[in-house]
Amino acid sequence: MIPRSPLSLFLKVLMGLFLLFLYGPTLTIMILSFQGPQGGLTFPLKDVSLHWFSSLFQEQRVGDIGSSFRRSLTLAVLVMFVNVLIVVPAGLALRRGFRGSRVIFTLTIASLVVPSILVSMGIGLLFSQTGVEANWYTSGLGAHLTWTVPFGVLIMIGVFARLNPTYEEAARDAGASRWQSFRFVVLPIILPNIVGVLLFGFSLSYDEMPRTVLAGGAHNTLPLEIFAMTSNVTTPVLYALGTITTLVSFVVISLTLLFITLARRRTGAVKKA
Amino acid sequence: MQPQAPKRPLFERLLPYMQIAPLALLLCFFLLIPLVMIVTVSFWNYNGFQVVPDIVLFNYTEMLGSATIWRTLFSTILFTLTTLAVTAALGFAIAYHIAFYVRTPLMRTVLFMACTIPFLTSNIIRMISWVPFLGRQGLINSMLMDIGLIDQPLDFLLYSRFAICLVYVYLFTLFMVTPLYNAMSRIDRSVIEAAIDAGATPVQIMFWVVLPLCKTGFAIGAVFVITVVMGDFVTVRIMGGGHSATTGYLILNQISLLQYPAACANAVMLLVVVMSAIGGLLRGVDIRKAL
Repeated sequence: MIPRSPLSLFLKVLMGLFLLFLYGPTLTIMILSFQGPQGGLTFPLKDVSLHWFSSLFQEQRVGDIGSSFRRSLTLAVLVMFVNVLIVVPAGLALRRGFRGSRVIFTLTIASLVVPSILVSMGIGLLFSQTGVEANWYTSGLGAHLTWTVPFGVLIMIGVFARLNPTYEEAARDAGASRWQSFRFVVLPIILPNIVGVLLFGFSLSYDEMPRTVLAGGAHNTLPLEIFAMTSNVTTPVLYALGTITTLVSFVVISLTLLFITLARRRTGAVKKA
Repeated sequence: MQPQAPKRPLFERLLPYMQIAPLALLLCFFLLIPLVMIVTVSFWNYNGFQVVPDIVLFNYTEMLGSATIWRTLFSTILFTLTTLAVTAALGFAIAYHIAFYVRTPLMRTVLFMACTIPFLTSNIIRMISWVPFLGRQGLINSMLMDIGLIDQPLDFLLYSRFAICLVYVYLFTLFMVTPLYNAMSRIDRSVIEAAIDAGATPVQIMFWVVLPLCKTGFAIGAVFVITVVMGDFVTVRIMGGGHSATTGYLILNQISLLQYPAACANAVMLLVVVMSAIGGLLRGVDIRKAL
């Protein structure tokens, strides 16, 4: 270990400030979302109330939050599963190698690094010019997958690179079919990573906005609804919405971390036995 | 080639192609064809009402002759360079602290997760959460006025280039922290021990031993920062208050005016700029090795 010095103290302080910088603003709007009915967008808190949470669900005041919230949740669940179904087989294929794998890999990286607005616009154009109606669960789903799939593929490549092939060889020697060695040997080992990919897919989709903006069709997802609200809503109702959607994200993240820890503990127990 | 090949090897040979098919189809229909579509439409003609298939260079000549387009591109590049510089320095310091000064693996994981978890929450909400700090009556202004440093609230804090850059750093530093931390975790500890034994000071270790070993990490982080900032329109809309523009924002405006071919020409320019920057950065970087 590098010995302590003024540098280490400086870095420690910087780390603390950085965490404050990362979480301070979010915590602040969580507090401000409990503003009283007379309160504004900044401190002081004038009274403490649930006023802005209740006005969130009165449709006329702020637009149709309820349905866009439902759409976003549905889409995120859809993306979450389709993402894994694309990514895990792709990881297996890339691990074995095949003709054209470099092209596919390059395209996957491209899908990540092409600016989102261009993906969104291209998909929107494709649907409008071919006369197919754009919708959040068709073109929108595709647009979200272009964002979630590269992350998933990169994670799977890393996972399979670390997976010791002797386990499968042993299974095959013992008479397991290709499917059995995947189902009963590989899958349990990579399960925590798959849960991670599920979480990533859900969270990235649930908060996705730049790729949906021109590809999502007529009905807004929640981030689009919030984006529209930022230009005409100037009350703490925005903060109330922010508090709720951030809590949704945190619940998903915590559940996933819990699953991963439990799964790791289980495979750990198997390894020891 | 092998007409009498037995059934199983054929299946074995086809298997990777069946496994990759969903990914290939997705990339084809939702990435490749849409991008080809943008390039095609950039050569089309349009009037106030509709877009007409055609082959004209008009959209490009008009774009390249427009001072607004160049000014916006320049401002976008300036935003990108500023963000790159700040996130690289900050990300390096944070990753360095976690990788080399935090002793227990559990604590390292916790701190690393703390830096990455905000990525999985809503960016727009995180932007809005700066309003109570930066506004005319925000926390920063009222604090500065309370301690008597200023008499008038500072206007440049919100709806300004400053606010935009601040939020870029806020949102995108983790794009640097992650690959840099990854690169630092791979550094053989005996290299550090050797440097200590040879009498290197902590600062020398940081800049002369670790920094050069993080090149790949910087490259990957820069790729992410470039792609998100160059293509941004959300932060500029929300934090810029209409005073600033980026190329992405311009494209969105052109689309709302139904000037699709002009927007597409702009998009092609953005694509060329971003892809050449990224291509240059990733030259000689093997992403697969960094996973």
